[in-house]
Amino acid sequence: MAESTDCHKAQQDFPKVLILKPIPFINLVSEQYFASNKFTFLEAYDSSLPLHQFLSTHSPSIKAILSSVGAPPITADILHLLPEVGLVVTTSVGLNQVDLLECRRRGIKVANAGSIFSDDVADFAVGLLIDVLRKVSASDGYVRKGLWATKGDYPLGSKLGGKRIGIVGLGNIGFAVAKRLEAFRCSISYNSRKRKPHVSYPFYESVCELAANCDVLVICCELTDQTHHMINKEVLSALGKEGVIVNIGRGAIINEEEMVQCLVQGEIAGAGLDVFENEPDVPLELFAMDNVVLSPHVAVFTPESFLRFKGPRGWESGSFLLK
Amino acid sequence: MNQTGKEKNPNLKKISGIKMKSIGVLMTCPMHKYLEQQLETHFNLFKLWHCNSSITEFLKTHQGNTIRAVVGDTNIGADAELIASFPNLEIVASYSVGLDKIDLRKCEEKGIRVANTPDVLTDDVADLAIGLILGVLRRICASDEYVRIGKWKDADFGLATKFSGKSVGIVGLGRIGTAIAKRAEAFGCSISYFSRSQKPFANYKFYSNIIDLATSCQILIVACALTEETRHIINREVIDALGPKGILINIGRGAHVDETELVSALLEGRLGGAGLDVYENEPEVPEELLGLGNVVLQPHVGSDTVETSDAMADLVISNLKAHFSNKPLLTPVI
Repeated sequence: MAESTDCHKAQQDFPKVLILKPIPFINLVSEQYFASNKFTFLEAYDSSLPLHQFLSTHSPSIKAILSSVGAPPITADILHLLPEVGLVVTTSVGLNQVDLLECRRRGIKVANAGSIFSDDVADFAVGLLIDVLRKVSASDGYVRKGLWATKGDYPLGSKLGGKRIGIVGLGNIGFAVAKRLEAFRCSISYNSRKRKPHVSYPFYESVCELAANCDVLVICCELTDQTHHMINKEVLSALGKEGVIVNIGRGAIINEEEMVQCLVQGEIAGAGLDVFENEPDVPLELFAMDNVVLSPHVAVFTPESFLRFKGPRGWESGSFLLK
Repeated sequence: MNQTGKEKNPNLKKISGIKMKSIGVLMTCPMHKYLEQQLETHFNLFKLWHCNSSITEFLKTHQGNTIRAVVGDTNIGADAELIASFPNLEIVASYSVGLDKIDLRKCEEKGIRVANTPDVLTDDVADLAIGLILGVLRRICASDEYVRIGKWKDADFGLATKFSGKSVGIVGLGRIGTAIAKRAEAFGCSISYFSRSQKPFANYKFYSNIIDLATSCQILIVACALTEETRHIINREVIDALGPKGILINIGRGAHVDETELVSALLEGRLGGAGLDVYENEPEVPEELLGLGNVVLQPHVGSDTVETSDAMADLVISNLKAHFSNKPLLTPVI
């Protein structure tokens, strides 16, 4: 009895990791994978207290914050309430929800998912692209509705082989996409903040120039102030009427309204979209189109990769910093 | 003799053109508008579907000996009945790479040439195989549907399964099988295969027994030709060896798979999922599959892109022209 009290007391003294929103899919993978004997979780969303009050109450013990896709932004305001925080870890690769400047100023370490999910995201990007060009989802629906027998063959798709792929953002994910598409006989070129010195793919200074010289644009970059609405009507017009865009980055990299208009007017041929400006809201116009493939921000999510997140390169290395 | 030859040569093209336009070519069914137009331009084209797709009907209003060439496809090829009905038949040019709808033995017997459309469609079919894998494992089609019917607002979509790094087993390491292997390798997959014989230049693990292949891999892809030996090569035993976490991809022919066994395995959870482009009785698809979330169903579109369909059509035309100009066929089978 005494032992368990001691244990419980010890746990209460553990550093706390603040979670502002439930980690997506954690219930499917099991919280056990994130358990540790070095810290406990503090779920702000479970409390009836307003957030600021909750944080002020618990701030002395909150040493770290665990964020994820779609979680409330970790702003300077929130960080001001948490003077003991030394680490922010996110299960995403994207860091647009974290005030990085404030973290730097405070000396707060920030860790993301690194390249753990790169393969999954790249796989999904290729899957979306094949689906758009070959109308996989659209013709799957056609078969399920019994139309193959009654209406005949489905309209022809477009060949992937030989297409010119423009990667926007040649980081881990962009590189993984490029490597895969090369095996399909595609040619690769890219636009990035800077030219990559050891890469043989042609580099384009501007994303517009890249679009003008390729058949497919794959958005693999981060969302920052510079990349916000970077893909606009001008870029899409340069991509052209036969062009296809795939977005596995962040919705706001594309000016969604302008992209929808381009699709409606046939200014581009199709799109594969895993992300949107106001998830889970998706522009209604897209629902009527069979040259668009939509997914609910799942490019990153496979159980296999989630389990790796717990491993040496992932969460554990983050929690090490709490010691 | 030399003078005669010299006299003939300058006019050879013109004479050939006129001669060709009078050659009777029978197209067995609608395949591709562009192919139809080309056949109409270069030859005297007859369309079997104008006679209810029946040879008997056709022969009521046409002389059988007018037909010197047949263009068939995966739906209607050239069987014994058709071959017997056209005594002047010289060549069957198939708008496909598969030859299962052609009575090759009869063609050989009668000295009828056969040509098909290999290579030009290899990339498309291999691309679709990967598209099917991703569609099944990453549930792309299901998630597209999820978003469209507004479910995303209520709840996140469930988890899918990773593709990269999985083990891939290929049945038939021909042109298409090799192209699939090359693509899967770029996803970090390990490749093994089952074939009639080991391929000396393939750097993949060979299994001489298809059950062993199915046991060892997570994704089994059918990419071989349909012959008497390979009919129902994917049977209950193979499906059970592949198992509840395994997925089957068929871009070969429907008859490669015992469809009844496949359906029951999927319904009972003995097989993890399937990506199918072909079925035993196209365009019929087993009704039980239509409601399943772990299958992706395609209406036999392996080579159905604008680019490849045109390239296949050009190859059919080139083979016919070559034959009737006494030149070697570009892609002969017999």
